[in-house]
This record gives sequence, structure tokens and C-alpha cells, in this order.
Amino acid sequence: MTSSDTTTAVQRRYKPKRNWLATISYILLGVYLVYVLSLFDVNTGRLADGMEHGANFLGRMFPPNFERYNLLIEGLLESMQIAIIATTAGVVLSLPVGFLAARNLMPAWVTWPARLLIVACRSFHPVIVAILFVKAVGFGALAGTLALVVASIGFIAKLFAEAIEEISLKQIEAIRATGAPFGSVIIFGVLPQVMGRFIGFTSYQLDSNLRNSTMVGIVGAGGIGGTLFAAFQRFDYDFVSAILISIIALIMAAEGINNIMRRLYR
Amino acid sequence: MNQTAASSLAHADAETSRALVIKNLVKEYTPGKPVLSGISLELEARGITAIIGPSGTGKSTLIRCINRLVDPTKGEILFKGKDLAKLSGKQLRLARRHIGMVFQEYNLLERLSVMENVLSGRLGYVSPFRAWLRKFSEADMQRAFELLDQVGMADFADQRADALSGGQRQRVAIARALMQSPDILLADEPTSSLDPKTSVEILDLMTEQAKIRNIPVVINIHDVTLAKRFADRIVGMSSGHVVYDGAPDGLQDEHLKAIYGGEDWLS
Repeated sequence: MTSSDTTTAVQRRYKPKRNWLATISYILLGVYLVYVLSLFDVNTGRLADGMEHGANFLGRMFPPNFERYNLLIEGLLESMQIAIIATTAGVVLSLPVGFLAARNLMPAWVTWPARLLIVACRSFHPVIVAILFVKAVGFGALAGTLALVVASIGFIAKLFAEAIEEISLKQIEAIRATGAPFGSVIIFGVLPQVMGRFIGFTSYQLDSNLRNSTMVGIVGAGGIGGTLFAAFQRFDYDFVSAILISIIALIMAAEGINNIMRRLYR
Repeated sequence: MNQTAASSLAHADAETSRALVIKNLVKEYTPGKPVLSGISLELEARGITAIIGPSGTGKSTLIRCINRLVDPTKGEILFKGKDLAKLSGKQLRLARRHIGMVFQEYNLLERLSVMENVLSGRLGYVSPFRAWLRKFSEADMQRAFELLDQVGMADFADQRADALSGGQRQRVAIARALMQSPDILLADEPTSSLDPKTSVEILDLMTEQAKIRNIPVVINIHDVTLAKRFADRIVGMSSGHVVYDGAPDGLQDEHLKAIYGGEDWLS
């Protein structure tokens, strides 16, 4: 029964083509995973030890100690300030960069440098950027803020450019047909289509900046991270747990505010 | 050169200045494969011209060459003493201000209000900064309300465009085009996304408004019956050429065969 035999009343079959490239990729991925796991040298003895250390550590974290709440609140406030200033500045700078990087609006000689800038901003983890800024402007919140501004540009400008590249060109066409100048095409044809998503990116970035702002302190760039790191080093695990709980509370509060913000700009 | 052409036309009366002359228009998206292979048409300063023809025959390309949403490869498009095919930058924008266009899928600004959509027809006249602040002149505002009255959408001024039905959207789109105070109205398959009854209403509205304003209309349409009903003149296109040009009454089955090919569908 060959497949070309269609002249007689043979039942014809349809078999979807196998994607060999994908199949081979999956197999290779599986082999690599097994290999990497074998490097880890996990055994029951080590696991048992780890469990014991962990239990000990958790025991010392409890009950959380809020006695030094002054230090705690000061750190949290600074983290919050870093996050809010970094998000605002980052968003303001991302708007033009995102526009310049959108390939459906700008010629290649404009999008390439803009994309390069975005990639550069995204290349390094905020902590690495924070170390650079600590060297440049010294210890403190300014270094952390600048680091997170860079991170925000890398994130929002990229997503913003992608959002612009996905808009419906029909509306642009209609506005161009009225003889509108380029600026007005952007304001009427592009912005209304991407504004909702832009608000979404911004609120997501605020969330992300809040979390990162608690971390840049570890390298001396301001915020609650510095306090957390110091507490770790002094084995004040009960204070550590107090700080962790406060950070969770802060992130949850931000989540709530985010939800309200998104509802406002539906 | 444009200067002399413009001044010579200044002597002509207002009517002829709205005439559109297309000479030997060629458009190739890929070199060597013309979508329009040398179209020449002279459209009078008034009346409805329907362009019929199968899908993919270059009707949309032709109409988009007129307001330069598509750049023609060769040829001339003479309108109001200018060769539209040669314009660029500011000159092109100034010319576009006087060419209204209605699209198959309405192309409204979905997330903006009906009023903002109508006012967007004035964007060629206000600065981007004023456009951003929505600071349109009082006269523009009043005109927008009048136009909304005329297309029967006055009650919807505050509604977002994405809340409207197809027919309502096309009414708003017509108001937007008229808001430009156009000297010519282009329509690219304006009824293809609408039901038969709404289609007739939309074409009624468009032709009536054009007659009041005494401006010519060029409509791409694939519905031959509607074309015959509304047009003063029919241009039949097939694979980039004009194969029929004349009165609706003169359009016979043999012409339709030449335009669309085959004959089984005609019975």
C-alpha cells in the first residue's frame, strides 16, 4: 500500500510530519540534564547534614525580633524611595528610547543604536551595575537608584518597543492619510494603542525595582539590603527574619497598589 | 514647475481644479512584477466613480497611490495643479489634507472616543502639541458636532470607537474624512465588511454627502450591483489594466467576463 496508490478505493491517510530538529534538540537537552545532575554529587549523607543545618538556622530565626524597628523602617523607606525614583526616572527615559527602537516607525540607522543601548542596559544584573555605581558615586542610595534606572530602561524600553511593533498599522494609515505631521501620527495613532500596556510594564517594573532595591544594599548601594547583610554577618538571625517578613509585607502592599493602578488604566 | 502648473490652474474654475488625472501609473512592489501596469484615467471634478475588479488586481494599490499611502513606481497623478506622485515631506502632507479617505476596516482609533476620531480629521491643521492636549479650535469642534449630526452619530460622541458596530464605525470614518474638508473622497472597499442593508446605507450617506459638497468620489468596490446602483461611472480593472471604462448601463456580461474571468458565476 504505497501512498501514491490513490486510484483504487484505498483509505487515504494523513500523518503529520515529524519535526526532526525539535526531536533531536529534546533528546540532547535530556542527555545534558542527566550529565549535569551527575556532576552535583548529591548523596544522602549531604542531604541529611543540610537538613540539620537548615533546621538549626530556622530555629534561630524564630521568633523574629522587631526590637530595632528604627533601623528596619529607615532601611525599608530608603528601599522604597530608591524603587520609586528609579522607576519614575527609568520610565521617563524609556519612552523615547523605546520609540527610537521600534522598527516599524524608525529607520534602521536609528533603531540600531537604540537597541544597542537597551541591550547594554539589560546585559548586567542590577547588583553588578550597582557595584559600578558605588565605585563611581560612592556608597548610598544614589548608587542604588542609578543602578535601577539602568535596569528599568533595559526592561521597559525593550517591551515598549515590542509593543509598538505589534500595533495595528491601519490606524497609522488613517492618520497619515489626513496629512498629519509625524508627531501627531504618534500621538493619535500610536500612543492610544500602547498606553495600556505601557502602564502594565511600569507597574511590573515598580514591583521588580522594589525587590531589587532590597538587594542593591548588599553591595553598599543603599536600602534595607545593607541592614540585612549586616544582620546576617552578625548572626542576628532573629533580626534577619524580622527584615525578611517586613520585605514580604512591603512587596504585598505594592502588589495591592499595582492592582488598583492597573484597574484605573484599563 | 509645480508653480507654473498651479498658476495656470488658478485661472480655471473651481470645478476643474477638483479633477483628477492619472497618467501611465505603474506600481511594482517587486521589480519586474507590476501590480499596476500603466493606468491612465481622467476623473471629472464631480460624481461617483466606482472601480471594480477581482481581489489582488491592484484596486487598493491604485487608490492608495493617489494619497501616496503607497508610492508609485512611475507615472503622474495630477490633482489641483500638482503632481501628487512627485510630492514628498511637507508638500505631501499639505496635499493629503485635502484628500479624504474611507477604509474597508474603518481604521478608527479604537481606544479613542468618537469625537476624538472625528477631530483627528483635522490633524493636518493643528500642531502635534495642540493635538496632544486635544486643543482643537472652537470652529473645528462645532464642525465635528455638525458632521456627527449629519452621519447620525451625535449621541455617540463620548463613546469609545471599539464599542461601535461596523456600520456605526464607518459612519464615524466618513465624518472623519469629511472633517478634512476634502476636495476628493477616496473609499477603499468601504462596504466589504458590512451587511447588505448597512452597505447601502453607508453608500447612500457617502454619495449624498459628496453631492452636497460637490466633491468627486472614487470607490473601490467588488459588488457589481452596488457599483451599478451608486456610480456615475465604472472603471473595470483586471490584472493591473483598465479593461472597462464607461457608464454603469454600458457594463455588460462580456465586460464582466473580461474583468473577473470565467462565466459560470454570471448566470
